[in-house]
Parts: sequence; C-alpha cells; structure tokens
Amino acid sequence: MTVSLPWYMGLSAVLFGLGALGLMIRRNVLVMYMCIELMLNAANIAFVAFAQKLNDLGGQAAVFFVLVVAAAEVVVGLGIVVAIFRRRADTTADDIHLMKG
Amino acid sequence: MMSLPLNTFPATLLTLPHLNYIAVLPEIILLAGALFIMLLTSLSRQPMNNTAAMGWTIMTACVALGFSIYQWVQVTPHGAYVAFDGSLAIDGLSSMVAVLVSSSVVVAALMEEGWLRRQGRVSPEIYMLTLASAAGAMLMGAANDLIVVFLGLEIMSIGLYALAAYDYRRKQSGEAALKYLILGGLSSAIFLYGIALTYGATGTMNLAGIARYLSKNILLHDGLLLAGIAMMLVGLCFKVGAVPFHMWAPDVYQGSPSPATGYMAAVAKIGGFAALLRIFISALGSYRSDWQPAIWIIAAATLILGAVMALVQRDIKRMLAYSSINHAGFILLGLAAASTAGVSASLYYVFVYSFMVMGSFAVVSVVGGSSDSAHDLSNYRGLHRRSPWLAWSLALMLLAQAGIPLTTGFIAKLEVLSASIGAHVTWLAVVAMVTAAIAAFFYLRVVLLMFSTATASSSDELSSELDGFVDGEAVPEVAMASAAMASATAGGGSSRETMAGDPMEHLRVADQPVAYPAEGGSSDRGSSSEESEDNKLDEDMDGAATLLDEDEISVPPSSAVAIAICVAVTLFFGVVPSALTAMAHAATMLIR
Repeated sequence: MTVSLPWYMGLSAVLFGLGALGLMIRRNVLVMYMCIELMLNAANIAFVAFAQKLNDLGGQAAVFFVLVVAAAEVVVGLGIVVAIFRRRADTTADDIHLMKG
Repeated sequence: MMSLPLNTFPATLLTLPHLNYIAVLPEIILLAGALFIMLLTSLSRQPMNNTAAMGWTIMTACVALGFSIYQWVQVTPHGAYVAFDGSLAIDGLSSMVAVLVSSSVVVAALMEEGWLRRQGRVSPEIYMLTLASAAGAMLMGAANDLIVVFLGLEIMSIGLYALAAYDYRRKQSGEAALKYLILGGLSSAIFLYGIALTYGATGTMNLAGIARYLSKNILLHDGLLLAGIAMMLVGLCFKVGAVPFHMWAPDVYQGSPSPATGYMAAVAKIGGFAALLRIFISALGSYRSDWQPAIWIIAAATLILGAVMALVQRDIKRMLAYSSINHAGFILLGLAAASTAGVSASLYYVFVYSFMVMGSFAVVSVVGGSSDSAHDLSNYRGLHRRSPWLAWSLALMLLAQAGIPLTTGFIAKLEVLSASIGAHVTWLAVVAMVTAAIAAFFYLRVVLLMFSTATASSSDELSSELDGFVDGEAVPEVAMASAAMASATAGGGSSRETMAGDPMEHLRVADQPVAYPAEGGSSDRGSSSEESEDNKLDEDMDGAATLLDEDEISVPPSSAVAIAICVAVTLFFGVVPSALTAMAHAATMLIR
C-alpha cells in the first residue's frame, strides 16, 4: 500500500495552517516559536513529497538546508527571548507593548 | 511491494559540481572578516577595541568592495556566468548589489562606532553581526536558485534580529527584536512554502530552470504554481516592508538602536528587492500577466499608507519608517513595470535610497544622545543653532528623499515614474506623484522645525539670562535647577531637560577622551557667541556648570565621516547622475 502525493500535501498544508493559526492565537513566545518551526517543517514535508514524485534529489537536499536554518534561527531567537524575559516571570507576548502597533 | 526510492536516482546526480570560489569571493571575505572578529573576541581576555574593530570591518568591507568592482569589470565586457552548478549567477545585478552592500557596511561600521562610543560600551560583536548579515544580502543578489535565495535571506535576517536586540539596556530594543523575529520567522516560513509549491509545479528550484520550464510547457492546472508565486511574493514583501505586510516596520525601526535601524533599512531592502527582481523578472517573466496586477495593488497601498501614516508621527524614527515604506512603494513601481527601464529604475532607486536612509539615521543616531532615546520631533526644533552641520546634512537627506532636483532622490523618482508610464500603468504613476507631494510635506516640516528660530532663540535667551543670574550666586545646584526650569518653560527639548536632570550621565559622556571634530563645535560657538562667553565665566566658577550649558551636540568623528559619505553620494550622483544610471542600466541588461 502506498500513500499518494495528495495525502502528503494535505498533511503539509494542515500542519502549515496549524502553525499559522497557533502563531496568531497563542500568546506564549516559546509556543509561537514552536509554531514557526511547525510551519518550516510543513514545508519540509512538501519538499520531500515533491522530490519523491519528481524523482529529483534537489527537494530532499533542500530539507537539510532548512533544518540548519531553523536551528540557527532558534539559537538567536532563544537568546533574544532570554535577554528580554530575564527579569520577568513568564513569557507572554501581551506584556510587550511599549510601542504602539 | 515497497521499493526504495533512492534506488531510482541515477548515480550521476551525486557528483560534486565544479566549485568556482572566485564567484563568491566578496561573500567569503565578509564572512572571514566576521569570523576573525569573533575569534579574536573570544580568544583574547580583553575585548577588541571599538576603533580597531571598526577599522578591521571597514578594511574587510573595502576589500570586498574591491572584488565586487573587479567582478563588475569582468562581467561587463565578458558577460554573465553561473557558478556552483547554476545556483549562483554572477552578472550585473549581483555585482551591483555586492558593491552597494559592501559600501553600506562601511557606512554602518562608522555609525556603529559612534553609537558604541556614546553608549560607553566596548563590544565588537556588533561588527561581526553587520558583516555576516551583509554576506547574506550579497548572496541574495547573486542567488540563481530558490533555496539559495532562502539561505541568503536567513543569513541576512538572523544577523538583523540580533542587531535589533543589541541595545539590551533599553526595553524597546528587545521588544523590537522579538517582533522582528516572530514576524520575520513567519514570513520566512511562508516564503519557504512558496518555494516548495513552485518546486512541485515546475520540478526545479533553479531560476533559469524555472524560466526554461515555463517557456516550454503550458500548465493546464497552474494553481500550484500561482499559490507558490503568491506565497513567495508575500514572504519577500514582508522583508521589504510593503503594505499590507509592513506592520513590523515602525515598531522595529523605533525600538532598534539607531545605527542598526539605518543599516537594516538599507540592507533588508537591497536584499529583498534583488531577490524580487531576480525571481519575478528573470524566472517568472512569462507569468507577468498574473503577478503584475498584484504588485500594482501592493505598490499603490504601500505608497499611500506610507505617506499618510508618516504625517501623524511624533517620533522621527517612526516617521522615517513610514517614509521608507513609501520608498518601498516607489521601488515596487519599477518591478511592476516589468520592463528593462523599470528594473533599471528600481536598481537605481535602491542604490540611492540606501545612502539617503543611512545618512538620515546617522544624523538621528547622533541627535538621539547618549541614551539613543531623544527621538521626539521636538528635539529637532532649532537644531541648526545647536549644530548647523547636522541640521544641514539632515535637511539635505530629507529633501533628497522628498525628491528635490540636484539630489539623487529626484532622478530616482523620475526614473521609476517614467518606467511606470512607459509600461502604460499611468494611474499608478499618478498615485505615486500624489504621495510624493504628501511625503514632501512631512519632510519639509522637519526641515522647517530644524531651522525655526522663533521658539529656540527665545528659550536660549531665557536660559542664558538665568545662567547669568546664577553666576553671581555660583551655586551649581541652583544652576542646574534653573536650567531645567528654563528648558521646561521654553517647552523646547526633552533632551535639555534630561541633561540638566542627570548631570552625571552627561559628565560621563563628556569625560571620554573623544576628539570632537572641529566642525560641530567651532561653528556652534560662532553662532552663539554671547552664550559661550557665559560658558567661560562658568568655567572659572565651576567645571560642572560648563557641561550644563553645553547644549551643542558632540559629533563623534566616525559618525561625521558616515554622514559625509552619505551626503557626498547623494549630492554627487544627484549632480552627475549619468554614471550611476548607466551602471543600473548595464546591470539590467546583464540579468540572465
């Protein structure tokens, strides 16, 4: 039994949508961060699925680049989060409203 | 039965392509310079001296600039070529972007040195971040493969996130970084998903391959490709701050340290627009009837919202943020035209915009004071009395952004407008003209504020009167209090108030062994001789009182050089535009 491309695409689209939705409604900065990771990995699933269908290695190689980039982004992101919330108890985005907009 | 997918790949796909390192030499030089700073900082017990780190950064950037110019000279007669198995294109666009990015690094390093000095901080890492993110922007200019565009975008953005958070003493800086990080991460994810969909639709991530595929095949069901194009457009519009994806820009511009803001405003737009031009013109050119209307609408919204929102800002950094959104709309006009003239006009606009915006933020960074927080427009009232050179430089930068003749801003606006009319999108050109008129209003408002004498002169008289009265008493505390009162009654600058309220901070800044340039100090003395006489009296009585009355703005030499470079570029290419327009035009012709 094989799983065909539309299923993979559906899974990836659902994960991407969940990530975007979570980013909008969740207020915890760390959870927002996980949502971005979820969106990047949804794109990874799409890459692998297309690479399988097209019989091309390029899409699978792209996943490695994305993983490295995501890791680098997390390192910098967590550094910034730690710098901001060192003097605070929790990591809620609602408390960060010094500037309007 | 299950079959292993890897068995089906031919082994020839796994051979290593020829690696032409000369093609990425400018990027390698920038990254090596960044690594060297990081290595030296972590190995030695003493942090690297600010001036030494700045010198190293400028040297690195100048070497990269030299190689970029070398690439330009090579590419112009011999034509463009691809490297790394077609994933990099070395052509006019890439070498023009490389030239622009490396000169931005020079200006940014000078601005950052002045800022660190005012802050009293020794931290060479800021140069490391600047160099690394510049390498990313350069890579975006040379990328000929969607995944390389993504890599360049992330290398650039991650450096910029850290730069936005660099001022850890101010809470706004961290907030700006967090907003930039979350929204930047979102836009990167959207861009990446767009790449995946485009890859699925065309079977390749190579831009030349996509163009080839689209020219040979007619897609019956192009929904996948259109969704991919839309998501890539959204992702890049986030990065360049185009409406409706501009929400991050004002907050991030306001909260970040001023030199980082200037650098970010320049480099993020350079990289973003290079990628937009490369992807949309050279890879998706055959789909222009599908993406052009979207860009028309985005450009019109960007132009209007940027100009209108800038009118109501009280903070100069927010005002400049909205004005740079307005500029992004103008640059999009050239892309929307999708013609040779349009691309050339966009490239020219990006080039001159970078210097105008960095020059403006260099002045803002100096006027902002040692805490980098005096950015209310009221601080600019009567600036020409405190420092005529700063006032004239900022006036020139703002007028150039408004599009006054004999500056680069005029020719840039003229070029994009004529390209837009040439592409028969006259309504968009009319919208752009109207917003240019609105924008001229808020630029001129700041200029008039700087040169207004009425309120400023009366407050100066008042304070010098009061100081003269206090001289007889010779009590420094009373002098401070009266000066605070004088500035409060004049309603002039909150910067004056903070100086008087916190004399220690002012002392600390003034005590640093800074060789102030002659231009700022001497001309200010000349303009208000009666005040300086009062100062001399004070000096005899009490040293602290001198600092109290020293209302002039001390311009660090590095900031002065940064401002001078931007002013020189803006004026020189405004008076003699042919060199730069020819370069932009040649860069357009060479796009593969």
